[in-house]
Amino acid sequence: MIFRPPQSSGVPVYLQLIEQVKHAVETGALRVGDQLPTIRKVAGELVINPNTVARAYRELEHEGVLELRHGSGAFIKESAGGRARILRNAHSLVRSAIERLASLDLTDDELRRVLESELAQARTAPLQQGVAKGKA
Amino acid sequence: MTDFIIETNQLTKSFKGQPALRGLNLRVPRGSIFGFLGRNGAGKTTTIKTLMGLLRSDSGAARVFGVQVTDADRSIEVRRRIGFVTEDKELYPYMTVEQIIRFIRPLFPRWRHDLERRYLQMFDLPPKRKIPDLSKGMRSKLMLLLAISRGAELLILDEPTDGLDPAATEDVLRELVDMSASEGTTMFFSSHQLSEVEFIADHIGIIDLGKMVACGVLDEMKARYHRLQLVFEGSVELPPRWPDGVESVRQEGRVVSILVSHNVEAIVEQARSVPGTSVESFPVTLREIFLEHVRSNRDALVQRMVGNEV
Repeated sequence: MIFRPPQSSGVPVYLQLIEQVKHAVETGALRVGDQLPTIRKVAGELVINPNTVARAYRELEHEGVLELRHGSGAFIKESAGGRARILRNAHSLVRSAIERLASLDLTDDELRRVLESELAQARTAPLQQGVAKGKA
Repeated sequence: MTDFIIETNQLTKSFKGQPALRGLNLRVPRGSIFGFLGRNGAGKTTTIKTLMGLLRSDSGAARVFGVQVTDADRSIEVRRRIGFVTEDKELYPYMTVEQIIRFIRPLFPRWRHDLERRYLQMFDLPPKRKIPDLSKGMRSKLMLLLAISRGAELLILDEPTDGLDPAATEDVLRELVDMSASEGTTMFFSSHQLSEVEFIADHIGIIDLGKMVACGVLDEMKARYHRLQLVFEGSVELPPRWPDGVESVRQEGRVVSILVSHNVEAIVEQARSVPGTSVESFPVTLREIFLEHVRSNRDALVQRMVGNEV
C-alpha cells in the first residue's frame, strides 16, 4: 500500500498524497516504471474526492515524479530516481547538522521546532526584503 | 469559465417573519462534490427545498442546470436530472423495497438497471421487506439507490449519512466517491459532520444564519487560512488596525493568536513590525475554519442588532 488514509489537518489532502508518493520513491517502495493505482481506485479505497487524487497526480507529473499516459495510467518517471538521489544527499546533510547540534543537548521536539521556524522564516524572508527595498 | 450546476443569487426566505435565508449566494461547479456545512437551523434544508422547487423564496433567484427553479414548465425536465435524498427518509410506508423500485423506475427514462442491481446487492437490501421495517441505515441506502439509479447528473443529498453507523457511513461515502469518479456526477450534500466532508468534498460552503459565510475550494481555503501565534517579550502592544484578512484576534497573557483567512504575507509583516515579537504560523483545519466563521458571524449579528437598537 502506497497510500494511507489522509489525516484531518490543516494540510490539504492532495499535499498529503504527494508526500506519500515521494516518500515511497525515496524508500524504494516505488521504483522507476512502477504503475500507480487509478484515480478511481485510490479515491474509493481512501474514500476521498477523486478530483483531489487527480490533482495530486497532476502536481506529481508537473514535478517530474510521475508520467501520466492517457488512458493507461500513472507511472513513476525516470527523473524521479534523480530526485531520490538528491533527497538522499539532503538526508546526509541534515544528518551531519544533527550530529553537530548534539553538543547543545536539544530534545527532538525542540530541534523540530527550530527547523520549522527557520524554514518558515526563510520562506517569508524574500518578501520582507522586497518590502524593505521598497521603503528605501 | 466554470460551469455552475447550481447558482443562487441573494435568496431570502422567512417563515412567519423569522428569516431562514438572508441573501444566500451559492455556486456549485459541474463535477464537484460540494459539502454544504452549517449548524442545525442554519438554513441548509430551506436552501435544498428551494432548489428542488418545494419552497418558493421570498426574493432572489435560484437556477439549477441554468433553469429558474420557479419555471414550472421546465422544472420537471430538470428534476429528472436530479437525484434527491431528503432529510426525512420516510418514502411510502406501505411499499416493500422491490415495490418502490418498480414504482419509481418508469418515471425516469434514463433509469440505470445496472446501478440498481449493483446497489441492491452492495447495500444488501432485502427486496421483500416493507419500508417501515427497514433500519434507518437501510432506508438511507434505499433512498440513495433510488436517487443514483435514475441516472442523475446531480445528486442533492440532505444529510445523507445522518443516523448511520460508521461502517454504513463509510459504505455510502465510498459509493458517492465512486459515482463521482466513474460518472462525473455533481453532488451537493449538506452535513454537519465535518470529518466526513473534509475528505470527500472538494468544494465547501459554510452557511450560518441564512447566509454563506465562507465558500470555495477546500484545498485553497486550507492554503489561505493560517493561525499566527505572536509571542511578546515585553508588554503586548497590538497595532490599532490590521490589514484585511484578520478574522479574529485572541490574547492570552503574552501570546496572541490570530486567525487569518487571506492576505497572510501582509499580516505576518505587520505582526513582525511590532518590536519584540516572534511570529509563528500554523495550518488551520476545516473544523477551526468552520467554528471561527460560525462564531464571528454570530458576534457580528449581535453587534448589528445592538447597534440598531441604540
